[in-house]
Order: sequence, then structure tokens, then C-alpha cells
Amino acid sequence: MVQFALPKNSKINPGKYHRSSNGNKNLKKFKVYRWNPEDGKNPSIDTFELNLNDCGPMILDALIKIKNETDSTLTFRRSCREGVCGSCAMNIDGSNTLACTKAISDIKGDINVYPLPHMPVIKDLVANLTKLYKQYESIEPWMQSLKNKDIKEEKQSISERSKLDGLYECIMCACCSTSCPSYWWNGDKYLGPAVLLQAYRWIIDSRDNERKKRLKKVADELKLFRCHTIMNCTNACPKGLNPAKAIGSIKKMLVTEKIK
Amino acid sequence: MNQNPLSPHLQVYKWQLSSLLSITHRITLILNIFSIFLIALWIFSVAVGGDFYNYFNIFISSFLGKFIIIGCSWSLLFYFLAEIRHIVWDLGYGYEIKTANISGISIFILSLVLTFIIWVAI
Repeated sequence: MVQFALPKNSKINPGKYHRSSNGNKNLKKFKVYRWNPEDGKNPSIDTFELNLNDCGPMILDALIKIKNETDSTLTFRRSCREGVCGSCAMNIDGSNTLACTKAISDIKGDINVYPLPHMPVIKDLVANLTKLYKQYESIEPWMQSLKNKDIKEEKQSISERSKLDGLYECIMCACCSTSCPSYWWNGDKYLGPAVLLQAYRWIIDSRDNERKKRLKKVADELKLFRCHTIMNCTNACPKGLNPAKAIGSIKKMLVTEKIK
Repeated sequence: MNQNPLSPHLQVYKWQLSSLLSITHRITLILNIFSIFLIALWIFSVAVGGDFYNYFNIFISSFLGKFIIIGCSWSLLFYFLAEIRHIVWDLGYGYEIKTANISGISIFILSLVLTFIIWVAI
């Protein structure tokens, strides 16, 4: 059964308020989700005042500044700081995106920062993505072309290669999957937009010989057809990709192609 | 060991135009079941006899009754148009954000216009 409310241990309490020490010029409030696995308390929202004159342009810059100067226990994932690694995916201002490519100036008013929605929280802004990685593994995301046993170059025409555009750019940041209400309610069975986009990326690859097997595997009431084209995924994708379209393409292939 | 909390979802996620239309599609489905029940009741009232039919008519001609049947017909029309939008998706078209937003707004406006045509213009 779908549970709309948060479980008891996940209810959010008000947290600490950190005032900016250096003047009131160009202040911005960051309301950040906090949860510490060690103190046994419920999650809370801490508010940090930041002087924007003294801070980099992106949300990630602000989080790093808070961690450096105000509260060194603030925990979040980050790596490349330029939108290619997907580590800093989080819920910012009510939608999922990468903290490193979201500008502070794009958001009016206070900035709410939460971990990726409907995921177990490990600490603060770090969500547990193990389930998603397991599902990713289940679609066998690697080239399978055992027919050609003698190793030789696999050639791809320009049009065949172009089918991978808009798919290969995916960095598996999980912004899309965790924005999807269907994935919230059925995440244990439904694969979710990120994994399905990857599945499609291998189905459509002309060098892969296991197209039928892949299609058969994904053709399932729960794994695939829990997608109701809500399109939160496409709205969220920080790389501008279209998981909804990829899922639609798989659905269409299941009707138009013989897989038995 | 403290059990990990679940991060907030519905509570914090901003509504997108696409998700609003999607949930409206769902809600209208439920309303349509109610409409079918209403239509069945109306036919039933004819079978039961004049009195019951009269009461039913009085109810439907009241402000609340009118509101309900006009709402029901809007719901039926919106659901119908949204299903057409889904068929177009299933054919492989209209997945771009811009197109999906335009088609979404269009079916919403069209459903209102058709309701207006049915109840006022005709």
C-alpha cells in the first residue's frame, strides 16, 4: 500500500539557526536537511545564513562554504563540481538536480536543500542508492556481442551511432528515478527512469547482439509499465536527457518487434 | 543502531505541470466511476417509477446537482482527451518537455471549452 506520509522516525523537526557573522549584506538563507545516525534523534532542518558576496555562484559552493566555515559535520557527496560525475545530486528548491550546476541566483527566496526523495538517508544529504545500483546491475549494462568470437572492430554507421545520442550522456546521478512518484511507491519492483534509460541504451546499440533477451527481460507489468508518463524524470534531468521518451520507446518496441 | 529515516518526497517535491496533469488524469478516472454510477441511478429511477424520477430531477436541477453533473461531464471529457494524449505518446510522439506542456495545457483548455459548449452553447 502506498504510504504518503513519512514514517515516524523520519518526521522533520526544526533545527539550529546559524547567523552570518559578517554583516547583513546580500544574505541568503539555506535550509538544509540534517540527520545524524549517531545521536538517535529525528531529522531536522538547519538554517544557515550566507553572505553571497563572499561565496561562489553554485549551490555546491555554498554547501562547501558552510562545511568549511560554519559546520564541518555537514555531510554531502561531491566530486567533479562540473556536472559530469553525478555525486552531488540532491533535492534543491523542490526538484532534483546537481548542486554543482544549479546557480544560487536561479532561486528566489530561501533555498531548501534535501537529500534525493524517498530514499533511506545515510547521513544529512547522503542517500543510500544501493537498491538503484542493484537494479542497474540487473539490466546487464555492458556490451554483449559473443556471436563474433574473433575479435575485430565493431563498425557502426553514423545513423546507428546517432541513436545513442541523448542516452550515453547519462551519468546515473539518480535525479530522475528519485523524482518519479511511481518509483517512490513501487521502487522495489519498478526499475525507474534512470535504469530504464540505460536498458534502452543497450537495447538500441547496434553492436549489441542480445536485443531480444534485453527486451524480454524488461517486458514486465511492474519493471516497465509502472511508468505512467508523469514526466517528472525529464523535468528533473540535469543533463537535459529524456528518460520518459526512452521508456516510451521500449514500450513501443515491445509492440512492434517480435521478442518471442 | 538507529534505523535510517526516509527522505521527504511528496512533502518537498514541487508540482510540475506534467505531474499535475497526470494526477488529474487519475482523479478524473475515479470521478468517472462516480458519473457512471450517477447515470445508472438516473436510469434506475425511471424503472422505479415517477416519484423517484421526479426527486432525482429536482436534485439534478438544483445548484449542487448542476455543479455535480457539469463537473462529471468535464471529468469525462478531460479523461477522454488525456487518453488521446497517451495514445499519441504510445505512438512515440510528444515526449519533449515543451510539446508535452503544450499538449497538456491544450487538452485542459479544450476540456473546459467542450464542457462550456455542451452546457451553455447548445
